[in-house]
Amino acid sequence: MSKPSDLVQGTLDMLILKILALQPLNGWAISQRLKQISSDVLGVSDGSLYPALHKLEHRGWIRAQWKTSENNRRARFYSLTQLGRKQLEKETANWNRVSTAISCVIKLREA
Amino acid sequence: MRIEQWLYSVPLRVRSFFNPNEVDHELKEELREHLEQQIDENLARGMSPEDARYSALRALGGITQIEQQCRDARGTNIVADFGQDLRYGFRQLFRNPGFSALAILCLTLGIGANAAVFSWVEGILFRPYPAVAHQERLFAIAGTARGETGATELSWQDFLDLQRSCTLCEDSFVSKITGSTLSIGERAETARGSIVSANYFGAIGIHPVLGRGFEPDDDAGNNSHPVVVISYQLWRDRFKGDPEIIGKMQRFNNVPHTIIGVAPQGFYGTFVGWAMQYWVPASMEETFESGGYKLEDRGARWAEAYVRLKPGASLAQAQQEISAIAARLEANYPATNRGRGIGLWPLWQTPFNNAGTLLPTLEVMVAVVAFVLLIACANVGNLLLVRSFARRQEMSVRLAIGASRARLLQQLFTEGLILSALGTAGGLVAAYWCRHALVLLLPARSGIAMYLPGEIDARVMTWSAGICMAVTLIVGLIPAFQTRNLDLAGAMRAESSGVVGARGRAWMRSGLVVFQVCLSFILLVGAALLLESLQKIRSTSPGFATTSVVTTGVPLVAAGYDVPRAKTFQDELIDRLSALPGVESAAFARVTPLGYGTYSSTPIGVDGYQPPPEEQPAIEYNQVGPRYFATLGIPLLSGREFTSTDDENAPLVAIVNRTMTTRYWSGQDPIGRRLQVNGRWARVVGVAADSKYESMRETSTPFFYVPLRQEFVRASALNIRTNQPMPGMVAALTREVHALDPNLALYEMITLQEQVNRSTSPQLVAVTLVSILGVLALLLAGVGLYGVMSYSVAQSTRELGLRMALGAGAANLLRLVISRGLRLTAGGVLVGIAAALALTRLLGKLLYNVNPHDPWVFGSALAVMMMTAVSACLLPAWRAARTDPARVLRD
Repeated sequence: MSKPSDLVQGTLDMLILKILALQPLNGWAISQRLKQISSDVLGVSDGSLYPALHKLEHRGWIRAQWKTSENNRRARFYSLTQLGRKQLEKETANWNRVSTAISCVIKLREA
Repeated sequence: MRIEQWLYSVPLRVRSFFNPNEVDHELKEELREHLEQQIDENLARGMSPEDARYSALRALGGITQIEQQCRDARGTNIVADFGQDLRYGFRQLFRNPGFSALAILCLTLGIGANAAVFSWVEGILFRPYPAVAHQERLFAIAGTARGETGATELSWQDFLDLQRSCTLCEDSFVSKITGSTLSIGERAETARGSIVSANYFGAIGIHPVLGRGFEPDDDAGNNSHPVVVISYQLWRDRFKGDPEIIGKMQRFNNVPHTIIGVAPQGFYGTFVGWAMQYWVPASMEETFESGGYKLEDRGARWAEAYVRLKPGASLAQAQQEISAIAARLEANYPATNRGRGIGLWPLWQTPFNNAGTLLPTLEVMVAVVAFVLLIACANVGNLLLVRSFARRQEMSVRLAIGASRARLLQQLFTEGLILSALGTAGGLVAAYWCRHALVLLLPARSGIAMYLPGEIDARVMTWSAGICMAVTLIVGLIPAFQTRNLDLAGAMRAESSGVVGARGRAWMRSGLVVFQVCLSFILLVGAALLLESLQKIRSTSPGFATTSVVTTGVPLVAAGYDVPRAKTFQDELIDRLSALPGVESAAFARVTPLGYGTYSSTPIGVDGYQPPPEEQPAIEYNQVGPRYFATLGIPLLSGREFTSTDDENAPLVAIVNRTMTTRYWSGQDPIGRRLQVNGRWARVVGVAADSKYESMRETSTPFFYVPLRQEFVRASALNIRTNQPMPGMVAALTREVHALDPNLALYEMITLQEQVNRSTSPQLVAVTLVSILGVLALLLAGVGLYGVMSYSVAQSTRELGLRMALGAGAANLLRLVISRGLRLTAGGVLVGIAAALALTRLLGKLLYNVNPHDPWVFGSALAVMMMTAVSACLLPAWRAARTDPARVLRD
């Protein structure tokens, strides 16, 4: 099992926070959502999802609770904490700044 | 991590620490849940059940790894890992009991030596007075004389003025050691006690367990308050713990005293060297001190005192204030105080007790035990290196299955911690056994054993724990160094055969051996220098005869003799003794040279000698009876000896020593000249050769003698020149004394040689301790060398076999191994010589007439080191020589 590259590692945290900002989900649902939105470009394996979830939980950005899902399964549902919301805003802002800067640079070279 | 994040993470960490199984179980649940959902999804897409399962498993990846990564992400592993490492470390320990025992023994010796010496330093120098409050602010005060080093006692009047006017002092008190005869029932013995100021017990924060301490005016007047506080031990042992003891009478020096209090258990007074058994107020000074009533005489310096500074006051500030007070006293009382100051010393430099005498020895010991510890660490490091080589395979496997190097380091340090913690525990036990050991090296005086306890308190424990951590780092780092360049592929291959002295891994082990040899060589040189110095001291002539003269005393003061009776007694006893066969002569003197007593001291005046301004020459002198010089064998250079006609009715006379002649009469014959002693003029009738007065190490000091009859002291020592053996002399003297007074007892009788030996006991202590540790260091270094040599022989049997097969004889192999061992030793000795040349200077005060770079000493240390090296290499060399080429090459 290979480790995701640095870029993915950084963005993975943000993606998870973003996904959970919409609604609390369990691990499997998060992995499905990740595949949908990134259309496998990021190549996040299910294996690297769980360590990331546990890390975020320990940083206090997300919280885990055992709940029963709609098809009557007991599953560990993750939801965003107050701290996580702030962190997401910060990272989003950061991301926007960096990506704007990068796209500007790229446009410059094309012109 | 930010603070608010702790709110989330701390409960999680706590949970996973205390409930690791539940957390692990949840993790497994969560992953299983994921798999099942994925399988359901796959089934819904129309896969076969088997395919659905495999596809889900493939998508997830290795479950064990994910679980481990999740655990890592939770970050609780350090503690859990530590527990695991501890368990594993202990298992390793029991798997190699020989190795573990040797390593722990080495560390126990090294750390134990340190803990013992630090317990002495703590108990003798830094916290010498158990149960006394705030010792960190306690300082010794004593008199100083301008233009002279060293300290004198204080006069009571000066002390009172100091006590009144010192604003930085919280408390100041006098505590002067004294001795007396104590008879309870049929038994009489000497007891040590202190003459103290009335505020003593309050000032040191000691509350008697029975009765009370002294009243504020108990130290005023002359013999006006015969009250005594006794020690707990005296109360328990001699008074059988009598609960009704308070108010009872007890004779001390033949004066009945009322027992008013019993000091608490564990309080031994305030004198380094002896445990005090009783305390009397200063008003009883005349009963316990020789030389009369001294409380009103500002010139009579007898008191030893301490101050406790207020919190925050520094030594320098306090010294400044006290010097100002002394200057004021000097201006107000020039007759007694001209040229006199008052000095302040930290407790560990106290000039008037054994702290000062033992300080140089203990200083050297601190350095010596640090060396021993380093040698022990090097030994253990070497053992660990050998073992880490044997454990390469294990380490490589752990690396291969995913352990990080940090994790391996943590394991190695944990193992180091186990060893050093066990070593420290053992060392503390050893130090606890040795805490009273110092006394064994010091002779008892007047039949009372010295009391120099080590103190194992929180500070010593903390220090030992610090040493333990340092040792852990050292012994953990050494094998860690080895794993640094652990090469996975190489280590997985079979054990490769080495060559004797092969480069590479061996360099570190060899380096450690060189280091050990170097350190133990330095210790050997130090021990040899101290030994030579002790021999020099003991073989130096003190300036008086030592073998045929014995000294003892008769406790006349304690027996209640007044001055006229004592004079008659002394005369009659001398007459009787002189008539005995085998007795050449006998003489009383106030102080026997190099004894424990202190000489009188006086400002002097000499016709025609103008002292430098502001300086009052004060010189020590002795009161001696007729035929004193003949008895002690001190040569008279000119003039005559005192005779029995030099009595209180005759004109005052004095005998001066040669140094005094040189200094005050410019070397001319002073016979017939005048000398002012205590304000009265005496005529010089003789010049005596210089001799040693207080210490064998002193240089020529001005000194003079006055006739005992002209300045009488009841408590005088009796010196007898005789060719009789000691037991016969004791019996004869006892007979003669009892013929005069059957109630009198005798003090211990010793030869003057014994007196000299006792005065050099601090040197003996230093020699003994440094020698013991030097031998220990030599042994450790020998073991280290042996270990390295036998390991390298064991590793290179193939090479040795080849050499043999190619025609090398047993003698060649023997020489090969020994020469390699000697090369290592020579390397260590070379560094050691350089270091010793620089370091032996530090022995400074302990050396007497010895060149710290004495080539003979260095040579003999070298010889001992080489001999040790050869014997350490012999067994490995012999094993090498017995290599069976056929068998080795076949294997």
